[in-house]
Amino acid sequence: MTAVAAGIRFDPYVVPALDGVAYGLLVFVAAAGLVLCFGVAGILNLAHGTLYAIGGYTAAALLDGGWPSLALALAVGVVAATASGALVAGLLTRVAARGHLTQALLTFGVALAGGSLLVGAFGPDDPPVRVPAALDGSVAVAGHRYAAYRLVFIVVAALLAGLLHVVVRRTRAGMLVRAAVDDAEMVAVLGVSPARIRVGVLAAAGALAGAAGVLGAPIIGPGPDTADAVLLLSLVVVVLGGLGSMTGTLLAALAVGQIQTLGVALAPSAAPFLLFAAMALVLAVRARGLATVRSAT
Amino acid sequence: MRQGAVRALRRGVAAVVVAALVLAPWTVDDYTVALLARTLALGLVAVSVALLTGVAGLPTLGQTAPYAAGAYASAVVGSHLSDVGLVHLGVAAAAGAALAAVTVPLVVSARGVALLMITLAVGELAVTVVGRWRSVTGGTDGLAGVAASRPLWGMPLLGTDRARYLYTLVVVAVLVSVVLLVLRTRAGLLLRAGRDDEARLRASGHRAPVHVAGVHVAAGAVAGAAGSLLVVAQQFVSPADFGFDTSALLLLGVVIGGTASVGGALAGAALVVAARDWLFGVLPGQAPLVLGLAFVAAAYLLPDGGRRPAVRGRLVPAVPARRPAPDRPAPTGVRA
Repeated sequence: MTAVAAGIRFDPYVVPALDGVAYGLLVFVAAAGLVLCFGVAGILNLAHGTLYAIGGYTAAALLDGGWPSLALALAVGVVAATASGALVAGLLTRVAARGHLTQALLTFGVALAGGSLLVGAFGPDDPPVRVPAALDGSVAVAGHRYAAYRLVFIVVAALLAGLLHVVVRRTRAGMLVRAAVDDAEMVAVLGVSPARIRVGVLAAAGALAGAAGVLGAPIIGPGPDTADAVLLLSLVVVVLGGLGSMTGTLLAALAVGQIQTLGVALAPSAAPFLLFAAMALVLAVRARGLATVRSAT
Repeated sequence: MRQGAVRALRRGVAAVVVAALVLAPWTVDDYTVALLARTLALGLVAVSVALLTGVAGLPTLGQTAPYAAGAYASAVVGSHLSDVGLVHLGVAAAAGAALAAVTVPLVVSARGVALLMITLAVGELAVTVVGRWRSVTGGTDGLAGVAASRPLWGMPLLGTDRARYLYTLVVVAVLVSVVLLVLRTRAGLLLRAGRDDEARLRASGHRAPVHVAGVHVAAGAVAGAAGSLLVVAQQFVSPADFGFDTSALLLLGVVIGGTASVGGALAGAALVVAARDWLFGVLPGQAPLVLGLAFVAAAYLLPDGGRRPAVRGRLVPAVPARRPAPDRPAPTGVRA
């Protein structure tokens, strides 16, 4: 009782704030792939939301409440989304020299066709997603009941974000990717094909989107509108984050998470405009997004 | 010469198309006439996309934002203030221009893929706002039963599909002519100069960001006016008219028509919209799949809409994208 009394001022906002963290981390893991594509290959992959939807539908189809099904869904979802990302890269290779309009048309075509195939396979309704039974309950957080799955998701997504940071900053693969952004020709001189890096990056982006789709299915569930919604959220955080900065994208994603949950709790009537207003505000103050741009082109 | 023959052929085709458009309401059924009116409105948005993408070298996926702003402004004014179409058009163009002006800081420093990304985000956010701002826009249900308007004070109300179509046709013809005329002036020349070689434009003392801002606002006004025409044509407006699909269809239409050609943009948009509506009729349920494959095919088959994409924003391009033709005057007005 005393703990509740002490926290009474923040009380109604604990759950939305936590939800915001979960939502923000989910959007970050999804958007990280888009940042990689844009930063390295200079590609706007309009099929990115579809890759997330692949993971989401996989989760809905395979999860049965047990741990093995979660592991299986994660494996299948990541492999399927990785393969789809590589497929997009393969399709793009032949028109790489044609410029960004062609890329936009091609990836949008893939998104339309892929979305249509997914709806054809899984039906037009939003399928229910069963989380593992052990995580189906709720736990006490500062005197509140909070969904255990979301709490675990926050931990896992934070680990994923950390892992991504280490891979990009510390490994040889990460260095090659960063080098390809700055000077693709120099990387080619080192004996590494920039085209191969591009395929690798699009596949990695697919893997991230697929993982986000499987793990995030209980938060942003699969359905006919999922691909568009995830693409939009990813675009907003990539733009807010400064087009190419991972740290900026993480900050923007966490901010968007809070806007979407805490903002709705605090100011329900202004809720529709908060995302728009935040984007206008950030870009008016810092025209290049939260972080400095590492120009890709 | 060959070029002269091509030009004559093109003029001939244009004349036939215009004649067909004028005679259409007396030769086809009401449903098709209403469909044609909607296509014309969308074609006008395509013109604004071509203005930005092809003429100014600023690829956009976000013209649905000013289009939606114009449509809703027009519908709201139509049901509360005035039934005069000219007023609706003015309000809609102002709303589209205002929205474009607000987003100028976002677009002025970006080029290429970054610009596609930012404009797509703006367009999608605008649709999200429209879908949730229930008190004004009717939310996802849209605004149904928009009152009929009259073109000018004292003229009769547009009560039939034929009248609405002819009104749309006249407005589109006038606005497209204005755009074409403006493009023939020095302003149009400067826009193309900025697209082909921004560094040279800057070097000759022109302020490229001002040109970018100007064309962005102008294109917003054109798209806003198109929104007003959409409301007249279908007497109904909902967020579904401004979705992501619409942006992509417009882009496909513009690329098919040749990105730098205003008339081509109109024709391309009409072709794409007709193909989509036809597909939805003959292949219910499968249309998105076929449409998606059509996009992929277009990406492979189209020679970039007849023009290389602009290389904007590179301060020192390694290879100039297009050398200015010898007979084309270089950007004038060297000040520094």
